[in-house]
Parts: sequence; C-alpha cells; structure tokens
Amino acid sequence: MKTYAFAALIGAVAMTPAWADEEADLVVNGDLEITVRAPAPDHVPMSEVLSGWVFRSDETQALQMDDFDNPGMIFVDDAIETWSTVEGNAGESCQSCHGDPEKMAGVRPVYPKWNEEAGEVRTLAMQVNDCRETRMEAEPWGYTSGDMANMEALLASVSRGLPINVATDGPVADAWALGEELYYTRTGQLELSCANCHEDNYGNNIRADHLSQGQINGFPTYRLKNAKLNTVHARFKGCVRDTRAETFSAGSPEFVALELYVASRGNGLGVEGPSVRN
Amino acid sequence: MSYSTEFAAVIAGCLATGAWAETVAPTAVAYGEYGEVEMSLTGAPGDNANGMVVMTNRGKGNCIACHQVTALEEFPFHGEVGPSLDGVADRWTESDLRGIVANAKMAFPGTMMPAFYKTEGYIRPGDDYTGKAAQEPLAPILTAQEVEDVVAYLMTLNESN
Ligand code: HEC
Ligand code: HEC
Repeated sequence: MKTYAFAALIGAVAMTPAWADEEADLVVNGDLEITVRAPAPDHVPMSEVLSGWVFRSDETQALQMDDFDNPGMIFVDDAIETWSTVEGNAGESCQSCHGDPEKMAGVRPVYPKWNEEAGEVRTLAMQVNDCRETRMEAEPWGYTSGDMANMEALLASVSRGLPINVATDGPVADAWALGEELYYTRTGQLELSCANCHEDNYGNNIRADHLSQGQINGFPTYRLKNAKLNTVHARFKGCVRDTRAETFSAGSPEFVALELYVASRGNGLGVEGPSVRN
Repeated sequence: MSYSTEFAAVIAGCLATGAWAETVAPTAVAYGEYGEVEMSLTGAPGDNANGMVVMTNRGKGNCIACHQVTALEEFPFHGEVGPSLDGVADRWTESDLRGIVANAKMAFPGTMMPAFYKTEGYIRPGDDYTGKAAQEPLAPILTAQEVEDVVAYLMTLNESN
C-alpha cells in the first residue's frame, strides 16, 4: 500500500506541467514591490486573495520581474507615442488634457467606477473612448483592440504597485450585484460558473492549466500563448466560451458589471499590468 | 414537421449515436433514487477500448481534465478537480457509473462534473466551443454508445487491475 501511494505521488509530480513557486514575492526591477497576496475583502468567501502571478511557473514569474524581459512593456512604449499624438477634429492628444502619463497614477486602481454625469459605471476602456469621442473628436477604438490594450497597459504601468480599490456600493451597487450573480451562474453545456474554477478550485490543475483565482489586477496581460496583450473582456469571453456557453460581447453591460465585481474581489492586490501569463 | 423530415431526423439521430431502436433518449433516461441508471442506454455492451479514447480526448469526455487515472498515465496532464478514478469499479456498480457519466448531478447534487448525456435545461447554451448561441435541444456531449463505452472502461478500474 505504501509503495502504491508513493508511485501515485511520483506520477502526479511527473504530470504537473510546470512547477510554480506559490510563495514567491513579486518585486519588479529590484525595487518595485507589488502585493500579490492580500487578506480577502469581506464580500469574498476565501481566506486570502492571490494574484494570478503566484500560480505561474518560475520562468513566467521571472519575465514579469524585469521590464527588459517583460514583452508587455513594448506595448507600453507604443502607447506613450500615442499619448502625445494629436488625433481627431479637436486637435487634441491625451497629453494636451492630462499632461504626462505619470500624472495618471492612481487612475487604474479605482476602475470600473461610477461616472456621475453619464449616470453609468465606466470601465477604463469606456473612459478612454469617451475622451477620444467627445474631447478629441476622434474615432473610438475597438473595445479589445490592440490600440486599446496598449493604452490600458500604459495606464496600468503608471499605477503599478498601487492597491486595487474599486467601490462595491453606492451608485455602483446594482452593477456590482449583477456582476456577482453572473460570477456564480453556471452557464453553457458544461454548466460551470466562474466560481467553480476560480473560487472552488484555484491551485488545482484542470488538465494542463494551473487554476488561479481569475483576478484582474494584472490586466492587460501579455500571454505567451498568443504573444500579445489580452484585455479583461477578451479573457472573460474565452472563459465563458470554454463552458460551451454563449458569451456576452466585449463592452456589454453584463461584462462591465462582471469586471466591476471581479475587480472588487481583488481589492488590496497591487496593480501589475502589463503582467505576463502563459 | 412533415413526415419525411421527421423520418430524416430519426435516421440522423440513429446514425449519430450509431445505435438502433433500443437507444434511450437523453430526456428518457430513468435515474434511480441515488442517480443510478440500471438499463444500458443502447442495449449493446460498451467497448472499453473506445471508452479509453473518449476519456482522454479533449473534444469528447476529456475526463482526465479533472480526474487522475493511473492506468491512463501515458496520456499527459491529468487534472485535480475531481477524485482519482483508480479503483472506481470497486466503489460503484455499473448502474451507478452509468448514472454518474450520464448526469452526475443526480448522484452528487451541485457537483462540478458536467452531465454528458443531457440535451436541455441549460443557461445560455453555446454552439460547442464557438461562444455563439445554440438552440436546445443540443446534441449530448457523448452519444449513448460513448457513455456505454466509458462505463465499460470504468468497470476495468479495480484494485486487481
Ligand atoms: C472551466 C474552468 C474555468 C471557468 C468556468 C472559468 N475560467 Fe477563468 N480561467 C481558467 C483557466 C484554466 C485560466 C488560465 C489559468 C489561470 O490564470 O487561472 C483562466 C484564467 C482567467 C483569468 C486570467 C487571470 C490572470 O491572472 O491572468 C481571468 C481574469 C479569469 N479566468 C476570469 C474568469 C471569469 C470571470 C469566469 C466566469 C465568467 C471564468 N474565468 C470562468 C478556467 C476557467
Ligand atoms: C469539470 C470536472 C469534471 C469532469 C470533466 C469530469 N468529472 Fe467526474 N467528477 C468530478 C467531480 C468534482 C467529482 C466528485 C463528485 C462530487 O462533486 O462530489 C466527480 C466524480 C466522478 C466519479 C465518482 C468517483 C468516486 O470515486 O466517487 C466518477 C466515476 C467520475 N467522476 C467519472 C468521470 C468520467 C468518466 C468523466 C468523463 C466522461 C468525468 N468524470 C468528467 C469532476 C469532473
């Protein structure tokens, strides 16, 4: 019996695709400490919230610890160009209203957030497009387009290390509740909810994938799998599709609500974007 | 539905399941008190070699996505979401296993394990893995014969093997 158990153990180890150091700390460029473990907010029925970074292999973790190794930083550079480029009929650029990108530190951690004038919950992507359309009189970017992902990467990068801190009540309460409902609804022919994988089974392997808590503090993420920046709503779509369900579309009220709710599950984790994932 | 389209549909159904008149439709499966299913879904014995293919194939049962099975070690990457299936034939009868594969929620209410022989009652059902909407009834994930094949394979997983 003992030898049998031992053989099973060896088998399990051999089958684990890549070893992750779940105890590792994330320090970028040797001095920027990013919180990857935090006490769970009251509304999250888990003991601790964990960044997706802790579940990745040593190699993938390392790529995010130095900006020269982080392939996502190339897209930040692209967005820095865009930031100061005048576009649209109003003759404005992001820079002409906001100043240097670093001035936007503190913006990423509180999105999605309520916009009083518009009377709606806005994601960062919605806000960027609102600036483009109303202030720059330029064409909006596609919700999950490369231009949008790059700009989100720039806005995340200047807030790296700041704790996620989105509101859950007040005017956003309805959207937050919708997001919570979507998070726990078992959809598709596989009848799986976000919670089935990311709350009940984080830390477990599902085939070759090591399940994380599905946090979004690291977005946009550079994925080694598709070698590009991936936005939150594109990721949501992929996960819903994998339950053999009809997905919602990027930018839909449902995904905006889900983003708010999922972001709030990571309140306290540090902003990481652009992060590196497999 | 005209007589001829109905007939065509029945034929298509038979071809899809590779079975004849005895095949129990997904909506007609009789589950016992503990989720067991006494009667073979096809009336024909399962083929355990094909059952192994179904268990390991991503587009089919993909059982090893969630379960570790020592006898299937040659197929890489077994999941940890469900219990190991080693020795499962010692813990469950053939009827139990048929019920668990067809619709595990009958035996384990609220379980994460998907129902493999079910066609309706879904929330936002999609067309396979496209993310697009699909109309119920869906094709079951496994055909009746594939369920029987998997059950036959599971019956080989006992301690003496
Ligand atoms: C069948 C399992 C499954 C379901 C259901 C599922 N996911 Fe995922 N999800 C994964 C896997 C596997 C990954 C990649 C590994 C990881 O980061 O957990 C992933 C990754 C993610 C990530 C990226 C995390 C990071 O750090 O980059 C987010 C965000 C996410 N999921 C959110 C969701 C949401 C929201 C839902 C529900 C709408 C959901 N997932 C449903 C399996 C699932
Ligand atoms: C998405 C995950 C998932 C998939 C895919 C899956 N299962 Fe399961 N299975 C489970 C879980 C979880 C349980 C534990 C039941 C419970 O919830 O208490 C289980 C239980 C079982 C049991 C009972 C095991 C025991 O010892 O009590 C059998 C047998 C079984 N599964 C067979 C299969 C077969 C065969 C397939 C593929 C055709 C399959 N499973 C696919 C998650 C899964």
